[in-house]
Amino acid sequence: MMAVLAPENHGLRLAVRYLVLILVAAIFVLPLLFMVMSSFKPDAQLLNDTSSLRAFLPVGDLTLENYREAFDRAPVRLFVLNSVLVTGVTVLLALIVCSLAAFAFVYMNWRGRDVVLSIILATLIVPFETIAIPLLLIVSKLPWIGLDGIETTWLNTYRVQIIPWIADGLTVFLFVQYFKDLPGELIEAARVEGASWVQIYWRVVMPLAGPVIATAAILKFLLMYNQYLWPLIVVQQEQYRPVMVGLQYFFQLDTAWGEIMAYLTMITVPVLAFYLVLQRAFIASIASQGVKG
Amino acid sequence: MASKLTQSNRAGWAFALPGFGLIAAFIILPFFFAFGLSLTDQRLVSPNATQFVGLENYRDMLGLGLVTLEPERDEAGEIVRDEDGLPQYPRVRTITRSDEYPQYSGMGEWFSWSSGDTVKVVLASDVVFWRALANTLLFVLIVAPVQAACALGLALLINQRLRGINVFRALYFMPVVVSIVVVSLLWRFIYDGRDGLLNSMLGFLSFGAFEGHDWLGDPATALPAIMAMSIWQAVGFHMVIWLAGLQTISPTLYEAADIEGASKWQRFRYVTWPGLRNTAVLILIVITMQAFALFAQIDVMTNGGPLDSTQTLVFQAVERGYGRQDISGGSTISVVLFLLVLTISLIQRWLTRERK
Repeated sequence: MMAVLAPENHGLRLAVRYLVLILVAAIFVLPLLFMVMSSFKPDAQLLNDTSSLRAFLPVGDLTLENYREAFDRAPVRLFVLNSVLVTGVTVLLALIVCSLAAFAFVYMNWRGRDVVLSIILATLIVPFETIAIPLLLIVSKLPWIGLDGIETTWLNTYRVQIIPWIADGLTVFLFVQYFKDLPGELIEAARVEGASWVQIYWRVVMPLAGPVIATAAILKFLLMYNQYLWPLIVVQQEQYRPVMVGLQYFFQLDTAWGEIMAYLTMITVPVLAFYLVLQRAFIASIASQGVKG
Repeated sequence: MASKLTQSNRAGWAFALPGFGLIAAFIILPFFFAFGLSLTDQRLVSPNATQFVGLENYRDMLGLGLVTLEPERDEAGEIVRDEDGLPQYPRVRTITRSDEYPQYSGMGEWFSWSSGDTVKVVLASDVVFWRALANTLLFVLIVAPVQAACALGLALLINQRLRGINVFRALYFMPVVVSIVVVSLLWRFIYDGRDGLLNSMLGFLSFGAFEGHDWLGDPATALPAIMAMSIWQAVGFHMVIWLAGLQTISPTLYEAADIEGASKWQRFRYVTWPGLRNTAVLILIVITMQAFALFAQIDVMTNGGPLDSTQTLVFQAVERGYGRQDISGGSTISVVLFLLVLTISLIQRWLTRERK
């Protein structure tokens, strides 16, 4: 079919294809571009520029004033540190705890294994939103033995933002799928040589698990950094607040759009940069959910 | 794969226990708690002991009634009309506050329509809950198919063999990594009634003919505006899952179709679409679960307003369970929500089952 077409016709078709791709890309990119560009513009100019393509361009009177004001309005550094701490610790613990469990499901033979695995997989159909309220009651009454003695609640802490999110069915499932595809002879050989389970896990299996570790880490990272509902209801003290809840400082009172765009840019651009560098891994991690179910 | 010869009960449990224990404590336990708490009057903080109340929470929430209002008549039996000639009806309050109809006491008007000279009024004991339920279902019923279709369109677009196609894939996916909270606040500005980007752009494109519209302030457009934004944010996610499905279809099938002289549509209809059946089921279930969880957009953009036109089940569960510290009320909504998610997933699985 294509061979019949004249070359210039072919070139035209190609141009149309790219034009469609570019127009669609504009739909996804322009709002984000608008956010970043607006964060550098004084409010008056920001509002003026919306009526033309200037809205998406770094033109006019560019300033960092919005950023300075955003820092004045809210303890931005504290929120970012809280988010980084909660996200980092949860991702790390999730990788260890979930891969250990998956290791037990795939390589070890123990009473109750299949039942426990099916129970864990069944939790995949429970959306977090349906358990948030009963979980709020539970954590409000959970005791904790800390350095300062016994505490009677988990509200307003880091642990309440971390511990409930460490283990989940999806992460366990991803590790199980991956471990099943590793050659079993490796593990058998290590067993025969007298290696302990911990040694096999740490020295044989985990070094081969790079791709699934990346997938699980990226999914957990996005989930944790973007948390909103849970910290909203379990953290009232500013001291423990993460970035997404910190956003409330900017939309509940007066709305100064320049400051808002500055804050949104600050908490989003690092993630976007991280994504653009590792985009293949990000997209692969979402695609790997496609095998679920 | 596990060795059949050696049993390692203790080591097995030791490895699995941290993960299983955490899932049991923070997912399974609260899940069953939701059912239990919905049968009590539990509050977050309360000096009084919690009481078992049976199905009272469900009755208070789900109660519905249908009443027919006859127009008011004067002594001669003529219908009383106002200046515009419209018939006059007794106020709904005369029914819900009357001792004659104890079954309707405490109910409020959800919606009504006229049929002939009479007006039918649907009463609900918890009007906000029913509005939230209706909005949530509407959101799911529109967003799930539209988003799945848009995502498939994007996946087909991205599945072409063109130089630089990966750049476009990366750009289409970009909003997925941005928090929905950030997206919601950004789009609040885009939708803003006075200075919003959308109004300005529409005004610019129509050479000033477009007057501007308060997208989130109008009950007719608030929920559709949130739907459009939600699709914009999440469609790249499902595009990638479709793409993974597309790439499992064997190229030899397409070659065979080309030899048979199949048209583009026939290729899609008879090769691509049958190959995507499992992906389609998965995508619909994933989108449905995500759509039912609608919360952050509402909390940031509208708080359920205007006139309850954007109330949703999760927003109400949080409003009651956290905002009013009414744990049992929030749990009751959570249970209803879970049963809905479960039912719709099962229906979707059944509708898209393999036909023998």
